Order: sequence, then C-alpha cells, then structure tokens
Amino acid sequence: MNDFLNDWGLTLAVFLPLLGAVVMMVIPRGEEDTHKIVALVSTLLSGAVGVWLLFNFDYDHSHKLQFARSDSWIEVINSRYHIGIDGISLPLLVLSMFITILVVIYSWNHFPEPHNPKAFLALTLVLEVGMNGTFVAQDLILFFVFFELVLLPMYFMIGVWGGEQRQYAAIKFFLFTLFGSALMILSFLALYFKGGQTFDMPQLIQVAQANISHNTALWIFGGLFMGFAIKVPMFPFHTWLPDAHTQAPTQGSVILAAILLKLGTYGFIRIAIPILPEAAHTWAPWIGGLAVVGIIYGALGCLAQTDLKRLIAFSSVAHMGFVMLGIATLTPVGINAAIFGMVAHGLITGMLFFIAGSVKDRFHTLEIRRLGGLLVQAPRLGWILGFCAMASLGLPGLAGFWGEFPAILSAYSPAAGMSEALFRTYMVIASVGTVLAAGYLLWMFQRTAFGNPPEEFADHHIHDVHGPEWLAWTPMLAGIVVLGVLPGLLLNITNPAVMAAFSRI
Amino acid sequence: MLSFVQPNIDYHALAPELVLVGALLLILLVDLVFEDRARWATSSLAGLGLLAALIPIITLAVNGHDRSMFGGAYVVDNFALVMKAVFLLAGYVVVLMSTDYIGEGDYYEGEYYFMLLSSLFGMLIMASARDLISIFIALETLSIPAYLLAGWRKRDLKGNEASLKYYLLGVFASAVMLYGMSLIFGVTGSTVLTDIRDGLGSGESVPIITVGILFVVIGFAFKVSAVPFHTWAPDTYEGAPTPITAFLSVASKAAGFVALLELVFIAFEGHEEVWKPLFWILAAITMTVGNLIALRQTNVVRMLAYSSVAQAGYMLAPFAIAGDLSGGNVGAIKAVVTYLIIYAAMNLGAFAVVIAVARKTRSAELSSFGGLFEYAPGLAVLLAAFVFALAGIPPLGGWYAKLAILNVLIDASTPWATVLAVVVAVNSVIALFYYASVAREMLMRPVADGDRTPVTIPASLAASIGLCAVSTIAIGVAPNLIARFSDLAHFVS
Repeated sequence: MNDFLNDWGLTLAVFLPLLGAVVMMVIPRGEEDTHKIVALVSTLLSGAVGVWLLFNFDYDHSHKLQFARSDSWIEVINSRYHIGIDGISLPLLVLSMFITILVVIYSWNHFPEPHNPKAFLALTLVLEVGMNGTFVAQDLILFFVFFELVLLPMYFMIGVWGGEQRQYAAIKFFLFTLFGSALMILSFLALYFKGGQTFDMPQLIQVAQANISHNTALWIFGGLFMGFAIKVPMFPFHTWLPDAHTQAPTQGSVILAAILLKLGTYGFIRIAIPILPEAAHTWAPWIGGLAVVGIIYGALGCLAQTDLKRLIAFSSVAHMGFVMLGIATLTPVGINAAIFGMVAHGLITGMLFFIAGSVKDRFHTLEIRRLGGLLVQAPRLGWILGFCAMASLGLPGLAGFWGEFPAILSAYSPAAGMSEALFRTYMVIASVGTVLAAGYLLWMFQRTAFGNPPEEFADHHIHDVHGPEWLAWTPMLAGIVVLGVLPGLLLNITNPAVMAAFSRI
Repeated sequence: MLSFVQPNIDYHALAPELVLVGALLLILLVDLVFEDRARWATSSLAGLGLLAALIPIITLAVNGHDRSMFGGAYVVDNFALVMKAVFLLAGYVVVLMSTDYIGEGDYYEGEYYFMLLSSLFGMLIMASARDLISIFIALETLSIPAYLLAGWRKRDLKGNEASLKYYLLGVFASAVMLYGMSLIFGVTGSTVLTDIRDGLGSGESVPIITVGILFVVIGFAFKVSAVPFHTWAPDTYEGAPTPITAFLSVASKAAGFVALLELVFIAFEGHEEVWKPLFWILAAITMTVGNLIALRQTNVVRMLAYSSVAQAGYMLAPFAIAGDLSGGNVGAIKAVVTYLIIYAAMNLGAFAVVIAVARKTRSAELSSFGGLFEYAPGLAVLLAAFVFALAGIPPLGGWYAKLAILNVLIDASTPWATVLAVVVAVNSVIALFYYASVAREMLMRPVADGDRTPVTIPASLAASIGLCAVSTIAIGVAPNLIARFSDLAHFVS
C-alpha cells in the first residue's frame, strides 16, 4: 500500500476529484443526494490521500521533492508529467483539499440559484483538480495546464450562480487572468529556449540563471510577473477581484479567496524567483512598492465599502499585499511569512466569505447599512464574525498575525544588495496598513453585529448557525487558532524548503 | 520530336485517390439507377468510401517508403500521408453532419456527395502535389465542386450570394496565382517545385521573382481567407448549407495551407526575404481584424466564420519566421500541421452542434441559443467545450495548437518573431470575449421565446459531434496523440 501511494499518491490526490466529476456526469440530474454524496466522497478520498501524504512526508528533508514521479507526456516538446511536493507546496496542497471538502459540506443545503447541484458540484471538483495540480506540478507546461484549468469552472460558477452583475464579473475575471497567463506562457517558452531546452522546474532552477542574459531575464520575469500578479491580484491589476468576489456564490468566493489567489503568489515562490533570482532582484523593489500600495489602497477601499462581501474582497487585496511584500524582500523570513500568510489568509478570508454567505442567506442583503444587531439575533454567527475579524486584523495568538507581522519585519532587512531605506519605508507604510485594517474590520463588526437589529428585520426569526455550517466551519476556526498558537507547525515544514530554495539569492 | 514514354505508375501510392474515385463513381451510379428509393444509401456510400480510402493510407504509412512519381510532380511522403488522413477524416465527419441535413432538405443527395467527394479528391491530390501544374489542378478540382456546394440551397438568396461571391473571388484568385506561376516558370523553366528551388537559387531577388512569389502567395491568401482577402468568407459561410460551411472552413482552408507549405517551404525556400515580411503582415492583420470583427457578430455562423479567419492568422504566423528556427524550417511546418489537425476537430465540432441546435430553432442567431443548457444540457456543454477549445483554454485541445505556434515563434527569438508572439497572445485574449459570449448565451441567459422542447439529434449527427468531442478533449489531455503524427509531417526534399 505504501509503495503504491509513494508512486501514485500525488496523482490520486489530484485526479480523484476528476473521477468523481466523471461519475456525476452519468448520474441523472434529479438525484441530488447521490450527487452530493459522490462529490463528498471523492473530495474526502482525495483528502484522505492528503492525510496519508502529511503523515508520510519526510519533514527532515522538506526541501527535497517527495512522492515525485516523472512520466513522458508530450515528448515532442520535451514536456513531462513531472509532479512532486516539497515543504513549500505541501501546506498549500493540503489547504486546497481541506477547503474543497468544507465547501462541499457547506453546499449541502446552500445551493445558490439556479440550484442544479450536479453541475455546481462537478465544477467544484474540476476546480479542485486544477488547484491541486498546480501545487504539485514540477513541469512548466503541466503547471500551465493546471493553472488554466481553474478558469473555466470558476467562470461558470460566477456566471451561472452569481449575483446581479454575474455575467460582467465572470467575463472580467476570465479576460484578466487569461491576459496574464497568455504572457506567462510566452515567458515559459522563452525559459525553455533560452534556459536550457527543458520545462522541468528543478532543472531550470539549476541552469536557467547561467544561460540567460540579464536583460532577457528581465523581460522573461516581466511576463511571469504579469501572469502571477494578475492572479494574486496586485495593485493595479486587482480590479477584477472585487467584482468577481462580490458576484460569485459563497462557495465560489471561498475557493477564490482561499486557493485561487494563492496560485499567483505560489507561482512567484515556485517559478519566477528561484528560476530567475537576479531578475527578481531587479524587480523586487517595484514589486514591494506595488505591494504596499496594494496594502494601503485595499485598506482605504475597505473603508469606503457599503457591501460586506465587497469589503472582504478589498481586504484580500490588502492582505495579499502583505504576502507580496514578504516575497519582495527575497529573504527566507519574508518568504516563510508569505507562505504562512497565504495559508492564514486562506483560512480567515475563506471563513469571512462563508459568514457573508450565511448572512446573505438570512437577511437577503449584504448592505452594511441595513444590517446590525447580529449578536442579538444570531449570537453565535455574530461571535464567529467577530473572531474572524480579529484574526483578519492580525491579532497575536491567531493565524493572521504570523503572516502579517514577520512580513513587515522582513522588510526591515531585505536581501543583500537591495535598498534598505526603501524597504524600511515600505515597512512603515505596511505598518500603517495594519492600523487601517484594524479600523475597517472593527468598524465593519461594530456596524453589523452591535446594537439592536434594524427595524426591517426586527420581527424576523433569524436562524443561528446550523449543522452543515458548524461542520464546515469548525475545522477552519480550529485551524486559525492552532496555527496562531503553534506557528511552528507550519514554519517547520516550509523553512527548510525556503532556506534551500532561497539561499542562493 | 519527343516520343511518349509510359510513366511508371505506383498503384499503391495512388490507392487512396483511386478508392475515392471508385466511391464517387459508385455514388453517381446508385443515384442514376435507383432513383429515389436508394438515395439514402449515397451518404453511407460516401462515408464508407472515405473510410476505405484510409486503409491504403495506413498500409502506405506502415510500408514507410517515400514514393515519387511523374518526375517528382507527385510525391507520397509522411507529410502527404498525414494531411490525406486529415482530409479524409474531416470529410467523413462532414458526411456524418450532412446525412440528415441534406436528406431532410431534399437537396439532390446523390449529386451532393458526388461533389463533396470530388472536392476531397482534389485535396488528396494537393497533399501530394509537388509541381505547379499539379497544385493548380488540385486546387481547381477541390474548388469547383465547392463553388457549387456553397450554393446548394438554390432557392435561397443568401445561398446564391454565397456561391457567386465564392466563385468570382475564387476564380480571380486563381487567375492572380496562375500569373504568378507563369512568371516563376518563365524564370526557372520548370514546374517541379524542387527544380524551381534550384532554379531560383538564393540571394538577391530580381523584381520578376518577387512579383511571381507575391502573386502566388496572394492567390492562396484568398483560399485561406487571410485579411484583406477574406471578404468572401463570412457571406459564403452564412449562405452555404452549414455542413458545407464546416467543410470550407476546415478542409478547404487546410488544403490552401498545404499548398502554401509546399510552395513556400520547397519552391521559394531561398527567397524568404520576399515572403517573410509578407507573411508577418498577413498573419498579424488576419488574426487581429478577424477577431475584432468577430466581436461584433450576432450570428453564430458568421462569428465562427470570422473566428476561422482569425485562426488562419495564427496558422500564418509560423511562415513569418522561416530560417530563424534552431531546428530548421521543418519546425514551422510541423506547427502549422499541428494547428490544422486540432483546428479541424474543434471547428467541425462547433459547426456540428450548431447544426443540431438549428434543427430545432431554425436559426443561427446568437440569441436563439439562449438558455440552451436548460433544455439540451449536453449540446450546450459540448458547444461550450468546442468554443473554449477554439479560444485555447486547457484542458481542451486548442491550447496545444496555440502552444505549438507560440513555441516556434519564441524559438525563432528574433525581435519580430517575439512581437508576433505577443500579438498572438493578445489576440487569444480578445478572441475569448466572443467565444465566451456563446457560452454565456447558452448557460447564463433565459430560454429564447420560452420554447423548451428538447432537441432531437439524429444518430449520424450525434456521431460526428461525439467524434469531434472525443478528439478535442483527448488531444487537450494527451497532446502526444497528434503531436506524434504532426512530428512526422515533413517533406522529402
């Protein structure tokens, strides 16, 4: 069994959800319960493989590629089915499996209009294939295919099950990300031809730097930057995000915030920076600058929002700004913080979108002005919102803190050769961002949860948190606390891999 | 006095063409002898004939010898075999699409399949033609039946317009091309492509060579509907019976590309300074103009027509980088062949679904696809798959086609090639907008005029959709399936 999983574990983890989706195709649309069970079972099976991977991962050698396999795929262009995980991809892979399971559980009785659980869950499963695959791919073309695989299901999820402006939001999301990935694939091809006639990431990391002239590398990095920065999204490419988040159904928002945004930051850590460290060095101050602009811009955007979901969306722009600032320092501390920030943001913001979805279900509005007194009508829901707001603003003891604080700290001393004055300025600006974050989150909490219920809802019976919600949320809430108290759980996995990957910079 | 010498005829090499001719004569006979009773059999005969013609192609491929006849004018090499197989399979899918469309429309079934197979016969010749005269004959053999087929709905004004426009511009293009060929022949004294290459030599082009090459290329630019020679395409595509539209946009276009590949990469190889800039401009404006105009279309067939113009632009791109590739021009040829094969599968599939839907709605207006997902979820998902494949979204086949083009453009690594690669990349983003609008109409809009009666799909049409869908998805997941074949596609020289 162990031998089998050593060879096939990752492949199973990626493709089991696809198997589920295929099974669902042949089951008639009417049998909704069967669909739910098939979807749950396939995500659980994939998750079980994930747990097995967690237990059998060699933590002492987390910088090494594990459970790897490399089979021929497209011989003609020398691209291989090369997959494997190390300490950087493991946490994100597990996060992706974990969130998808919870999304399926949450969906049990929360199907947005026009209902159709068959199509909705099948798309969720295909999304998982794309997300899991991106985190395990070790070949640029394979990475590209998985990276793009998430576009179609998310496009349909927003466009079919979304809110009023869903069609606009869906196509905007699609066009923005496709533009980025079109330039990204050009860079991948340039890496192949200039870098050493291979799409294999570990090999490129060894040889590309030496083969590519600095000027060419800057251009190639620029293409990669466009692909990943739009996905993150960094200011000024973020405009698709508030629309997509606000219009997407709850499940779509959760997956978008928790996983899809990480594909971009993961791309920086896995591909752009290790393969072209010198170009990254030249680009880093600009990336850092855009990151802090994003932090402040996102925070100010939050303060101006009247819609709960849009507010959370803008807070994502700010939080991903911290992650990108950490990455831009090019130091192990910063990268570790970035990975931690990615996981923490996935849990916290995913949770916030879940809550927003449940609020919308109960009040049929997300306009902050019309909400209020949540703690009176649905105290548990209210307190969970409060808890997540605290986690999101980076309260020590909760997961958000360990993403944000070390990222700011790392900007104090960026990698050798980069302007300390500049990054220290960034550090100060980012610190202001945390204050603003506390401001908009507490203000949001105060307006929605405190006080008395507004007149229009005063007579309504508001159901507090119910079964499937508890099931879906408890693990995430527990995760926020556990990672907050024991950050070492995650940092011990990522650190050796980060040290190995970034020691050369 | 030259005495007549009996040419040495290799019947094995000619077997695919001979089988096809046998099938089309049989159809003519059945149509003549059995009158109305057995008309239905003509489509089966056409389909079987096409499949039977595949058998000698397989035996030739297994045999593996490159064969050359008539003093090098007719060559059966791997390139020819791969393209012949593509033509036959595309023709087979078109026959499947036509069976009920033509059968129900009372459209002279026997003649229809006779014409279709004649046109395919011309394409098979084109794949082997290595001589100006055989290229010209192949072109006319495939074009003249196509002019008639485009106007098959003869009581329909749009059908007449389709046929007339196609005919007039097609003949005009032939004339331009013939003039160019005559100049080339005048300079080199030979019609065989390899002799022309040697005769033209390389280095500085005298004006007469330049003009000859330009005229020949422009003649074929009409055939592949490159901008600004594309104006016939949308009207012809809209007015022609939809299976013929699919046929023209896939097989006929592929034949044009086959001829271009043969002429440019064999005969004109030494004079790339003449045609490289020409192809650069043709490629860039064809894809851009095609995509921009497609954005404004409200009729799905017209949209697919402009999309096929844009797709031709992508396929023209590898011509613009000849001589700059690390592995020689063969890389460019392979990229074009790869694109042609994948394009055939996804474009035929899209048209097949449009035919299926039009059986109910009697319209190809975009609005008539509204809410298709609610009463025909299978068709809606498949059409969405085909248009997103055309847009190049993984895991559907089209991504590999785009990658093959970008691959050679980046490999060339000259500034102009890189700029063209960026133009291709930006264009595929523009194109997504109108491809997605088809999906949006089907999945996100209400049902058009509330009519939810399900669509009935006859078996043969379903088979054509199924074939295209399976190949589109299989190619997307395992591109090696076709990459292995297109990798073989190079000329013996």
